[in-house]
Amino acid sequence: MQADIFAKKKRNTLAFLLLLGALTILAMIITEYNVLKGFTSIPKAIQWGMANFYPTAESLEKLPVILDKLQETLLVSIAATTAAAVFALLFSIFGSNTTRVNAFFGAITRGIATVFRNIDVAAWALILLFSFGQSALTGYFALFFGSFGFLTRAFTETIDEVSGGSVEALKATGAGYFSIIFQSVIPSSIPQLISWILFMIETNIRSATLIGLLTGSGIGFTFNLYYKSLAYDTASLVVVVIIAAILLIEYASNYVRKVIL
Amino acid sequence: MAALLEVNHLTKQFGKDSKALTDVSFSVQEGEFVSIIGPSGAGKSTLLRCINRMIDASGGEIRFQDHHVMDLKKKELKQVRTKIGMIFQHYNLVNRLSVIENTLHGKLGTKSTWAGVLGLYSNEEKKQAIQILNVLGLNEMIYKRADQLSGGQKQRVGIARALIQNPRMLLCDEPIASLDPNSAKVIMDHLKKVSTTMGITVVVNLHQVDVAIKYSDRIIGINKGQVVYNGSAKALTSEDIQRIYGSEAEDLIFDIGGIHAG
Repeated sequence: MQADIFAKKKRNTLAFLLLLGALTILAMIITEYNVLKGFTSIPKAIQWGMANFYPTAESLEKLPVILDKLQETLLVSIAATTAAAVFALLFSIFGSNTTRVNAFFGAITRGIATVFRNIDVAAWALILLFSFGQSALTGYFALFFGSFGFLTRAFTETIDEVSGGSVEALKATGAGYFSIIFQSVIPSSIPQLISWILFMIETNIRSATLIGLLTGSGIGFTFNLYYKSLAYDTASLVVVVIIAAILLIEYASNYVRKVIL
Repeated sequence: MAALLEVNHLTKQFGKDSKALTDVSFSVQEGEFVSIIGPSGAGKSTLLRCINRMIDASGGEIRFQDHHVMDLKKKELKQVRTKIGMIFQHYNLVNRLSVIENTLHGKLGTKSTWAGVLGLYSNEEKKQAIQILNVLGLNEMIYKRADQLSGGQKQRVGIARALIQNPRMLLCDEPIASLDPNSAKVIMDHLKKVSTTMGITVVVNLHQVDVAIKYSDRIIGINKGQVVYNGSAKALTSEDIQRIYGSEAEDLIFDIGGIHAG
C-alpha cells in the first residue's frame, strides 16, 4: 500500500515534467524560436552594449533635464501611492472580515478591489490613454488604480491577521465601531500598512518608468526619446540614473521599515 | 438573593444541522464564582459568547439584571456589555500599545464617538487604571508595551481592562489555558479575589477540573451542548465527571478523591 503511494508520486512528477517539456517544444515550434541562436547572441548583445551603451562626457550635459524628469516620475509615483493608500484603507476596513459593517457591503468592496487589482498598471495606462491622452495625468491614474487594488488586498489581509482578537475584546466592552477602528485596528496594523505603502512606492517607481513609455511622460519618455534618436550614451545615462534612484529609495524604505517594525 | 444571570432553554445552531447548544438552562447568583467545564468542542466558548451576544443564540432566553439580552437593540446591548467584563485565552490585547492604554480600553464603552476615536480619558480614569494595575501587581509595567510582557502579565492586563469597566460580572474564556502552572495560579487567585472582595460575579470556562473544584462555588458540566451537571463544586463525584467527559474521563490526569481530600 505504502509503496503504491511512492510509485504514484513518481508517476505524477514524471507526467508533469513530460507535459511541461511538450508545451515548451510546442511553443518554440509555433514562435519559430531557436534556443541555440537565442543564447549565442547574448555575447554579441553584451559586445554591442559595451561599445555603444555607456554615458559619455557629452551626455552629462543632459543630466539636469534627466534629473528633472526623474523627479517628476518619483513624485507622481509617491503621490499616486499615498492617495491610493487612503482609499485602500477605507475599502479594506469595510471589506475585512473583522471590521466590515455587514457581509453584503464587505463583499461589494472586496469585489471592487479585486477588479482594480486584476487589471495591470500597463493595461490601466492603455485604457486611460483614451480619456486623458498622453499626459502625466494618465500615468498618475494608472498607478493610482493599480495601487488601490493591490493595497486594498494587502491591507485587508493585514487587518484580518493582526487585529481579530483585540477587536473582539473591545466589542465585548461595549465600545462603538469607530472607537474600535481607531483604538485597536489602526494601532495594531499601522507598521504593516506603512511597510506595504513603502513597497508599493518602490514598485510604482519601477512601473512608472514603463508607463512613461506609453503615456509619453516622465523618465520613461525621456529614455525612449534619446533611444529612438540613437543617442545611446544619453539613454544609458537615463538607465544609470533610474537604477541609482531605485536603489536609493529601496535603501531608504528598508531603513524606515527597520525603525517602525 | 436574586439571580444576576438567567439562561433559559438556550439553543445555538451553526449551519443546518450542527447544534452547538441544546436547551441550556442555568442561573447565576450575584457574587457567585461559577466554572463551566466540559470536553473540547462541548460548546463552552459558544455558551459564554452567547451571554454577551458576541455570538447570537438561535433560541431561548437570557436575562442579565433586568435586561432580556436577546431582544436588546444595538445601543442597549452596548450598555449591557459595559457591565460585563470579558477575559480571553489569548488575552486579546493591542500588542503595540502600552499597558495603561490597553487597560483604559475598558472605558471605551462609556465614551462618545469622538472621545473614543481620539482616545480621550479623564484624569480620574487614568488614576483608576493605575490603581487597578497596582492591585494586580503590574505597577512597574504601566508604560511598557503589551508585547513585552509575559503571558501571565498579559492576562493580568486583560483582567485590568475588564475591571476598569466596573463590571457586575466577568466572563472568562479559558483564562489560564495558555499559561504555565504558576501564572495560572496567580490569575485564578486574582479572579477569586475579585469575586470575594469586590462582589463581582465570575463565570469561567475551564479545562482543568481540579482548578474548577478548588476555586468555584458551583460547577456547570457541559457535554455535547447540554448541561449534564449543575451543582456545588464539593458535591462533584467521579460519576459526574464520567458523565461530563464521557469515555474521555478515564484519561483525565488526576484522581478526584485526592483533590477533595487536599
